[in-house]
Amino acid sequence: MDNPLVLGGREFRSRLIVGTGKYASNEIMRDAIEASGAEIVTVAVRRVSLPGSGQSILDFVDPKRYTLLPNTAGCYTADEAVRTAYLAREAGLGDLVKLEVIGDARTLFPDVQGLLEATKTLAREGFTVLPYTNDDPVLARRLQDAGAAAVMPLGAPIGSGLGIRNPYNIKIILEGVTVPVIVDAGVGTASDAAVAMELGCDGVLMNTAIAGAKDPVPMATAMRLAVEAGRLAFKAGRIPKKLYATASSPLEGVPDWAP
Amino acid sequence: MQITVNGQAMEVEDGLSLEALLARLGVRREFTAVAVNREIAPKSAYPRTRLRDGDRLEIVHPMGGG
Repeated sequence: MDNPLVLGGREFRSRLIVGTGKYASNEIMRDAIEASGAEIVTVAVRRVSLPGSGQSILDFVDPKRYTLLPNTAGCYTADEAVRTAYLAREAGLGDLVKLEVIGDARTLFPDVQGLLEATKTLAREGFTVLPYTNDDPVLARRLQDAGAAAVMPLGAPIGSGLGIRNPYNIKIILEGVTVPVIVDAGVGTASDAAVAMELGCDGVLMNTAIAGAKDPVPMATAMRLAVEAGRLAFKAGRIPKKLYATASSPLEGVPDWAP
Repeated sequence: MQITVNGQAMEVEDGLSLEALLARLGVRREFTAVAVNREIAPKSAYPRTRLRDGDRLEIVHPMGGG
């Protein structure tokens, strides 16, 4: 039995965190989340439509069953992100926050200065801060020092599906911090999730790779299996890579067929 | 007096409470939060929070996101 993923003192068996954005319908979203086996589900914090419709995404994602992870997507300053986190907590979404402070609209890369500042503030205020960050080992350590409960480096730009573009940086991040490392963003298909876990990451967070798949529910199943397979392979310990062949069958006792 | 709610200008009577405004707008309370002039309004304070002319409100709830 694997040890659990621990975030802010809470234990989780699933190492896959899924988003709720961009689904064609709430029903498909609900079924995909179910198939993913995720226990943590991200949500955005946005204006209610007026007059109130009475509809809520939480009619499809039971907050008693799932741990909600509100994000600060769309925030471009530490101040906006901190206020959004407070709003989420006041709304009753809990004190976990996927902290995003965006620095550039085209790449959605983080503003690292704002990210560090907001991490410090929110950690001090009792939030369990999970910052979405670059695949930068130095920054990852700074975020840990600032009180982050995990670091969530991107594998590639959000929604790009390019996979883990710099596995070596992810490996260095893993060596440099003691908090969990969760690859957040960039996963395109199941093998990308497996790669992240084989590197030794503690979890993977994804949204578009499932929601944007032609058939999201089986893709969610594939992601669940990939995360489990990658985790198992990491724990089992892969063989070293070698340039030349090593025979699998004995070299002794080969029959002599010489005429 | 005039207030702005989620970017929409609204004409309301003087001294309206936040509680009364939310009821009038049909906003579901559960998993909803309100900021008045960028400050978070605690739920327990809705009835005694009197709105003032020019107030800017943000009423939010969770939506699909990654």
